[in-house]
Amino acid sequence: MESKLALSQERIDRARELARHIVSPVQDFIDEHTTLTVERATLRLAGADGADQDGVPVPNLVVDQLKGKLEDGAVVYYLNALVKTGETVDGLNRKIAQGLKIVDLPLGDRSAIDRKAQELVRTFGERVKRNRGHREAKLKQFEGRNSSPLLYVIVATGNIHEDVKQAQAAAGQGADVIAVIRTTAQSLLDYVPYGATTEGFGGTYATQENFRIMRAALDEVVEREQRYIYLTNYASGLCMPEIAAMGAMERLDMMLNDSMYGILFRDINMYRTFVDQKFSRMINAFAGVIINTGEDNYLTTSDAVEKAYTVLASQFLNERFAYEAGLPARLMGLGHAFEMNPTIKNGFLFELAQAQMAREIFPEAPLKYMPPTKFMTGDIFKGQVQDAMFNFVSKATNQGIHLLGMLTEAIHTPFMMDRSISLENAKYVFNNIEDLSSEIEFKKDGLIVERAHQVLEETVAFMETIDKVGLMPAIEQGQFADIKRPRDMGKGLDGLVKKGPEYYNPFEAYLKNELGLKA
Amino acid sequence: MIVRPYGDTLDDGAVQLSFTLPVPDGPRGREAARLFVEKLGFKHAEIVHSQPLSEGFSFYVAYGKTELGIDFDAVQVEEATGEQVYSMYEACDVIKEKLGRKVVVVGACTGFDAHTVGIDAIMNMKGYNHHYGLERYSEIEAHNLGAQVPNEKLIDYALKVNADAILISQIVTQKDVHIQNMTEFIELLQARGLREKFIVCVGGSRIGNKLAVELGYDAGFGKGTYADHVATYIIDRLIERKSAR
Repeated sequence: MESKLALSQERIDRARELARHIVSPVQDFIDEHTTLTVERATLRLAGADGADQDGVPVPNLVVDQLKGKLEDGAVVYYLNALVKTGETVDGLNRKIAQGLKIVDLPLGDRSAIDRKAQELVRTFGERVKRNRGHREAKLKQFEGRNSSPLLYVIVATGNIHEDVKQAQAAAGQGADVIAVIRTTAQSLLDYVPYGATTEGFGGTYATQENFRIMRAALDEVVEREQRYIYLTNYASGLCMPEIAAMGAMERLDMMLNDSMYGILFRDINMYRTFVDQKFSRMINAFAGVIINTGEDNYLTTSDAVEKAYTVLASQFLNERFAYEAGLPARLMGLGHAFEMNPTIKNGFLFELAQAQMAREIFPEAPLKYMPPTKFMTGDIFKGQVQDAMFNFVSKATNQGIHLLGMLTEAIHTPFMMDRSISLENAKYVFNNIEDLSSEIEFKKDGLIVERAHQVLEETVAFMETIDKVGLMPAIEQGQFADIKRPRDMGKGLDGLVKKGPEYYNPFEAYLKNELGLKA
Repeated sequence: MIVRPYGDTLDDGAVQLSFTLPVPDGPRGREAARLFVEKLGFKHAEIVHSQPLSEGFSFYVAYGKTELGIDFDAVQVEEATGEQVYSMYEACDVIKEKLGRKVVVVGACTGFDAHTVGIDAIMNMKGYNHHYGLERYSEIEAHNLGAQVPNEKLIDYALKVNADAILISQIVTQKDVHIQNMTEFIELLQARGLREKFIVCVGGSRIGNKLAVELGYDAGFGKGTYADHVATYIIDRLIERKSAR
C-alpha cells in the first residue's frame, strides 16, 4: 500500500520496539500463572458442560471442588475421573452435576490420564479445525459478496429467539457481521450461564446454547443470501477464556477481546485480566477468530482530539499481546472510533487523518472502526448525517470492520428499522465512493498529514513514559484513560493462581504447539 | 392560546411519523399503514415511503394532519432547575460566598449499568459539549466512582467522604431495570436512616424530574443536562438548608 501520509517508518518501528519492551515483563508474569476461568476454559475444551439443578455450570462445580489444588491444573482431575469411572464425557458431566466429587478420586495411572488427554485434545482440535475449514470454504465460495469494509450491526433484545429475528432481518438487509450484545450484568459474573436464555438487560447472555442457536440461524441466511455472515460475541469480563472456548466450538467468527479493557473499564484485577487475555487469545487464534479490541472506549471517556495518542498506543500494545498469543495480524481487528465533537472546525479532516494513519501503521489488520456515540443526540436527523460522515471516512480509508452507527444511538437499543436505515446509508456511501481511496492523495504538510504525524509523535512519547515506569505501575498511576487501577484491587483477584511445578494442561500445550509458540 | 404542529401554514397540524409493521411490504401493507395513521386521528394520512425490512416486516414513513391542539398557557413543567443556571465560575463564587466550604459530590453508574457516558459528562474534568464537569469546579470536591457500583457501596463511600450530594446515572432502561435499581437505592438510604443526609439526584437520557421525585429522589435530570444544571441545583438546595437551620 502506498503511503499517503509519509509517516516515519523509524518512529513506527520505535513504537513497536517499545510495545515489545513494555509487554515483555507482563508476559513473564502471565506464563507463571493460571486463573479460575483459564482452568474452567480448559475443562470446557475437554468437554465439561452442563449445569446442576441450581444452574451452577459443571466447570464451576469442578473448579470449586479443587480449591487449593489448582496449581496442578484442574483438567488432570477431570481426566482422572473419566479414567476411573469409565464414563463418557457427557456421562461424567451428568454425574458431576448430580454431586459427584471428583476431587475424592485419588489420582491414578499417569499414562492412562495422558492417553485420555490425547484423545480429548484430538476431539477438540478436530472440531475447531472443522469449524475453521467450514468458514474458509464458505468465504471462498461466496468471495466478493461481502461489503468492504464489513458492515457490522448489533442485536440486543435480551431474548435469543427475538435476536434471531432481528439478526436474520439485518443480514438480509446487507449486514455482514452480527454481534449479539451481552446483558450488562455478564462481564462481572464469574461463570457462564447454561442453556438458551430469554431474559437480559440491554443484551442477551452469552451462553454456548445461545451461540449455537444464532450460528444455525445465520447459516440459513448464508445460503439464502450467498454471503458469509460473521457472528460476533464478547470474550471479555471475568470469563474471557471460557467464552473464547465456547466461541471456538460454535464457530463464532469475531470476538471482542482487549488486553486491558477489563482492567480499565470494568475494574477487573490487572493480573487476572493479563493472564485471561492470553489464554483466550490463544484459543481465538487457533479457531481463526478475528479479535476486536476496545480502543474506542478511551475516546468515550476522554477527548478524541487530545487523547488520540492513547488509542494508537493501545493498538500497539494490543498488537504485541496478540502476537504473544499467536494471533497473526490478519486476525487483529484493532479498534478506533469516530468520536470527535462535531462542532470542531475541520474535525472531519482530523478523523480522516487518524483513520488513514491507523490503516498505514497496521496494513494487514482488519481495523475495527466504531461510529459516533458520544455526540449523538436525540436529533436523529443530524445523527443520520453524522453517521454518513463516519461512513465516508471508513470507506475512504479502507477500514476492515465497520460498526454501523445508529441514528437512534442516544435513545434506545436499535429498532429493526433503525438498522435498515443505517445499512442503507452505508451502502449508499460505500457504493458512491467505491474507488475514492485510490484516487485521493493528501497535500504534503497539509492539515491531514500534519495531524497524523503529530499523533504518532505523541504516541511514541507516551509509550516512552510507559516503558520507563512499566505497564502495571502506569495503570496504577492512571496513565490510561485517567483511570487508576491498583494491582492488588479489582474484581477476580482471588481467582489468580500461581502454577505449581506439576502444572498440567495438555490443551494449552496443544494450542502452543499449533500456534508455534514456545512451550 | 391553542397551538398545533406547524408544517408550512399556521394550524395546518402537519406531523411526520415513521414505524415498522410486522407484515410484508406491498399494497396491503401500505394501506394498513395508512389506515393505522388515520386511526391515530390524523386526517389526510399519506404513506410517502415503504420498504421491506425482511420477509415479514416493513417500514413506513407517513405524513398526516391533526386537528388536535394544546392550550399552551395551561402547560406546566417540572424541571429541577429554574430559569437561573450558574456558570462554573458563578457557581464557585456562590459556594465561596454563601456556603464558605467545599461541596462534596459523589457520583456513579449503579447496579449493573456499565454506561458511564452520562456520569462522565457531568463529572469528568473535561465535561461535555464545552460545559466543564464538576471535577473542574475549584469549590467542588467530585468523586466519580465509575460503572457498576453496587448501591450499598455508593452509600458507604458517600458517608466516608461526608458527601453533600449523591449523583446516580442510569442509562440502561430496557424493561424498566432502572426503576427497580433506583427504588432500591432510596429504600437502602431510608433503611439506614440516611435519606435526609444527602441531596440525591438521578440522571439519564430517559430520566425526568417528575419520575425521579416520584421515586423519592430530590431531583432528576434528563437529556440536555450539563454539569451547570446539576451544580446549580445542589448549591441552591444547600443554601436553602443552611438558611433553614
